[in-house]
Amino acid sequence: MSFLRSEFFYNYRRSTSAVIGSALMLTFGIAVLIGPFLVAQNPYDIAALDLMDSYKPPVWLDGGEAQFPLGTDGQGRDVWASILYGARISVFIGLVAMIASCTIGTILGLIAGFYGGIIDSVIMRIADIQLSFPSILIALFLMSAVGTGIDKVLIALTAVGWVVYARTVRGSTLSEIKKEYVQAAKVAGLPNTAIIRKHVLPNVLTPLIVIATIQVGTFVLIEASLSFLGVGVPITQPSLGLLIKNGFDVLFSGLWWTSVFPGLAIMMLVFGINLFGDFLRDELNPRLK
Amino acid sequence: MTTTDNTLLAVHDLRTYFHTFSGTVKAVNGVSFAIGKGEVMGLVGESGGGKSVVGFSILGLIDSPGRIMGGKILLDGEDLAQAGEDRLRQIRGREISMVFQDPMTSLNPLHTVGQQMDEVLRLHTDLDAAARRTACIEMLESVGISRAADRLGAYPHQFSGGMRQRVVIAIAMLARPRLIIADEPTTALDVTIQSQILKLMRRQIADKGASMILITHDLAVVSEMADHITVLYCGKVVERGRTRDLIETPSHPYTRGLIDSIPDPANRHARLKQIPGTVPDIRNLPQGCNFRDRCPRAQALCAEQEPELRPQNGAQWAACHYPLQPGDSA
Repeated sequence: MSFLRSEFFYNYRRSTSAVIGSALMLTFGIAVLIGPFLVAQNPYDIAALDLMDSYKPPVWLDGGEAQFPLGTDGQGRDVWASILYGARISVFIGLVAMIASCTIGTILGLIAGFYGGIIDSVIMRIADIQLSFPSILIALFLMSAVGTGIDKVLIALTAVGWVVYARTVRGSTLSEIKKEYVQAAKVAGLPNTAIIRKHVLPNVLTPLIVIATIQVGTFVLIEASLSFLGVGVPITQPSLGLLIKNGFDVLFSGLWWTSVFPGLAIMMLVFGINLFGDFLRDELNPRLK
Repeated sequence: MTTTDNTLLAVHDLRTYFHTFSGTVKAVNGVSFAIGKGEVMGLVGESGGGKSVVGFSILGLIDSPGRIMGGKILLDGEDLAQAGEDRLRQIRGREISMVFQDPMTSLNPLHTVGQQMDEVLRLHTDLDAAARRTACIEMLESVGISRAADRLGAYPHQFSGGMRQRVVIAIAMLARPRLIIADEPTTALDVTIQSQILKLMRRQIADKGASMILITHDLAVVSEMADHITVLYCGKVVERGRTRDLIETPSHPYTRGLIDSIPDPANRHARLKQIPGTVPDIRNLPQGCNFRDRCPRAQALCAEQEPELRPQNGAQWAACHYPLQPGDSA
């Protein structure tokens, strides 16, 4: 296969951080896909929970049980199972919000860059205003306005996330539309929408790959913060951030495992994404070569 | 200027200005010319002389802050300066197409040659996919690309510069336009390839009965190709005439300067003649003749009054108070 012999793959193999990063991403990918089949207990099924099992420590501590390798929380939920289920929610939110941000941001960036003038000004000033607020604050405003729930988290994250795509795409579009093949397409009588779709869009996508990768990690973190603050996902569908919050109340009573393990899971997920994202950035940026 | 039934494109008093912070740039300032059916017109001048702006004005592709401020662009009697964007889009590629300077950048690197050719046909013809493919293959073969059917699937980077320019010309000819605007089509090519491409364009135009505006700074190229020549200086026509007359007996000192600055292969040790000075700042043109500061024949009148375009000897026109007569030396 030609990919295995490509320069990209060669550099990838020689980059330790890229291999570690992608291994972590792959691990989470598998956990998200088949995780629920790996554990006996469904942490969302109240009937499967037993309050007698509450606050069991991890298996290697006194009182730990093999049934609950990372211990249990106050409702007797297996922390390991909760992490596997919670990671699904976190990754789902990160991916969907990234795709939505990327789509909306790219379209707005293309419009702003291609048509310029007043449309450009309006779009980019909105983007500037967004950038002048911390993203978590915008998300908090929105959540308090529209309420909580996974769909609301997605809306909040998208409202925050589109800006970076719009700015990047606008910049690349401006340099792209000066190229002769775009002029040539205009001269050939191609309608603007077709020029944007066929000649501009494919040429502005590469830098977005890096942004999109890193953004999944950022979104997982923002979602965790929102859930920790109590305006994120509902309690019945705990993401990794909500798991941390749930355990936080008892963290200083020595029952650390309910918070620490989900925290470690987030850390590894975001760390893996960022490592791989950095590799992509070096690889796809022609100026660094 | 005479407009006969044979005229394909007549440009009257075209003015295209760019309104910038540092002043209005009159890039094209009252340019007129006419091209007959099947004719090749050379549009000659130095860099920044407004040649390309003329080409883009004809196609209605002047971007802000530029604007066509006045004049008529009559294509078979239809005024393109007044045409709407929808009509212009029909004309672009179908009636008038363009060949750009640099074949390295005028093809999209991400699409195959076949896709980029097909795009034009899909836009401007009703042919089905198979017929479009046949037409593309025929056109590629006619511009001298062998194994055309295989090459349709190739990307631009798999072609050499000369081959790419052939592809660009093939794309420009695909919809059988009546007028081709070639903007420095051979400037980016090796000298050996240049003459091949020029011959190819000449043959394509003759075969298809199209007309052409050849925009270039290279009088040698124009003299091989064009039936008549229009010389621009600072956005104005300074001289116009049949190619042979204009090359052999230029009336305007500027044209003379351009001709003298072509290297003479027979006399390689002679110092190359150049036109002294530089093009004046087009935002702030001097009163009188724009060329007077660089002109060996300039006199008091040239500083006061701008010369009109006047007939000189026969069919030749020049805008000069003291035009060269046949036999004069510059």
